[in-house]
Amino acid sequence: MPTQMAEPFCFFTTLTLRESTGLRAVSIAQLLKGLQAVPASVIYYHTHHYLREHHYLTPEPPNDFAYWVTEVLGDKDLGERLASVDTIQFASLQALREQLIEMIESYLRLHAWYRLRRVGPPEAFHFVKAVNVVLRTPYQAATLQEFVEGLRAVTLDSVYFHMFEARLRLERGSNDFSLWFEGLGESRLAKAVASLDPYAHTLEELRQTILRVAEARLSLGP
Amino acid sequence: MVPSSLEAYQPIIGQQAVDELRLLADHFKSRQIHQHVNSTAVGGGVAEILHRLIPLLQELGVQARWDVIKGGEAFFQVTKRIHNALHGEPATLTAHDYQVFLETAAHNLKALPLVGDVLFIHDPQPIALVKAKPRHRARWVWRCHVDVSAPRQDVWRFLLRFVEQYDAAIFSAPQFAQRPLVRQFLVAPSIDPLSDKNRELSAETVQQILHRLEIPTDKPLVTQVSRFDRLKDPVGVIEAFRLVRKTVDCRLVLVGGSASDDPEGAAVLAEVRTRAHGDADILVLELPPDSHVEINAIQRASSVVVQKSIREGFGLTVSEALWKGKPVVASAVGGIPLQIEHRHSGLLCRSIEGAAFAVKQCLNNPGYAKRLGENGREHVRANFLLTRQLKEYLLVVIALEHDTDVTRL
Repeated sequence: MPTQMAEPFCFFTTLTLRESTGLRAVSIAQLLKGLQAVPASVIYYHTHHYLREHHYLTPEPPNDFAYWVTEVLGDKDLGERLASVDTIQFASLQALREQLIEMIESYLRLHAWYRLRRVGPPEAFHFVKAVNVVLRTPYQAATLQEFVEGLRAVTLDSVYFHMFEARLRLERGSNDFSLWFEGLGESRLAKAVASLDPYAHTLEELRQTILRVAEARLSLGP
Repeated sequence: MVPSSLEAYQPIIGQQAVDELRLLADHFKSRQIHQHVNSTAVGGGVAEILHRLIPLLQELGVQARWDVIKGGEAFFQVTKRIHNALHGEPATLTAHDYQVFLETAAHNLKALPLVGDVLFIHDPQPIALVKAKPRHRARWVWRCHVDVSAPRQDVWRFLLRFVEQYDAAIFSAPQFAQRPLVRQFLVAPSIDPLSDKNRELSAETVQQILHRLEIPTDKPLVTQVSRFDRLKDPVGVIEAFRLVRKTVDCRLVLVGGSASDDPEGAAVLAEVRTRAHGDADILVLELPPDSHVEINAIQRASSVVVQKSIREGFGLTVSEALWKGKPVVASAVGGIPLQIEHRHSGLLCRSIEGAAFAVKQCLNNPGYAKRLGENGREHVRANFLLTRQLKEYLLVVIALEHDTDVTRL
């Protein structure tokens, strides 16, 4: 039941700057070594940047590791496995990293020769990290109606922040919207949004889907 | 052209994105001076961008200023050779050349007012200004617009002693960044959607311009816009076109700037004309350097735009064509793969045959070509417009103030 007792929901937005680590890989062995060593913000960048840079595409392109292994190293088998990693299933970047490492290691156990395949420097994989700046927008909501109005007004970067960054990078366990709906006593709405696979939608679709379920709840009245 | 105000970008990037820029800029209001320094006030991509960027920053309330170093002809000859050497081209620099470079730097260190709290020093020409760092405590950022993925090592080593004194460097693409030296941010260059080269043109205007340039529109146009340079492979484009035309009736337009003051360019242009000789379906156009609207119109009239470079810096002509919603077939070199996600927002190629195959795919499948173009335009909207570059310059300053991966303001 909608109530004004919960803390107001403040819409934040996140802006990303890319920072080079200066590290690169020209073979699967080097990619593996990089995956083991780089900061979590690098794993985050290479598994998420396409969501914003290609936010108009559905289905979205695979993560950078899968793309490089498939298109550059030319291994469609391993590439397909890496592309199939279901990011929504992971609660932390460390767990996601471990899954990617495990996939490559087990593949190499079966195809040891694959370690020898290399590409030239122009086709190297470059490890890049995401540096994020989080800003508070002027929009906030004390009620579900105000939430709907705020969600319509904010940028896709804001939708991204609350749906992706909050859950996986800030490890809040769920997306911010669902957490707030719970506080509002709107458990069904919270579950409906939490059960969405945000990776299977464009950001605009995601916004429209959340708006639809929230408006449907509003139409039922108090 | 008078620089546009921020509100003029609103219909393109959306009110929300404009608001977001204002929100970010609020962090800097009246707090810092952002000073950009480069080597020329007119001509070249850097000056073109700064002409538009500085007024936008000021409109956002950021105290931004732009200064230009001075140098004589000898200095600019040296810096031209440095530029070529950074691109990996054969270029010899003598001890005298380095002396000219350092003497000009010393002169500018005395003459140029360094007042910024943050200094963005663009490209190698003014790089040695960082010598003033001990007396001018500011955040020093070297903005490198050049492809330094395979520089000549002697020249790079010479520059490195300056680069290492900066607080950070900015490169245009990951492959241009270097092994760890200072913090290295990645900021891609951008196009201005409101410039003559990119602004919307009516169908009538496009037709008038094509008529004036004597480009018939009775067949689909396949176009490459680039200077007549071997690295842009115009001869390869002709060969690819001839493969395409075996099964698809179309016309090739090769558009480039005047090659009159460039001996090598003139030689390439002559070779291109020889290869095209007697073929009414190949048009070779040499346009003056200010033909922005004409190039805009030609791109808009094209069915496919090609950029079959052998080597490329960032290759922003790709974004220019994508912005016009055109399917683009381009080599997977330099910064081009950042602009084209293969089979999603364009087609990448690595050979003459590959280029021909991709062009045919576009010409034979208009629906597919349209989708590539639409996706390409959205990709540019999200990633390669001037407002994004402006935002990232502000983010660089924040990143330097807070040495963390996630900063809450």
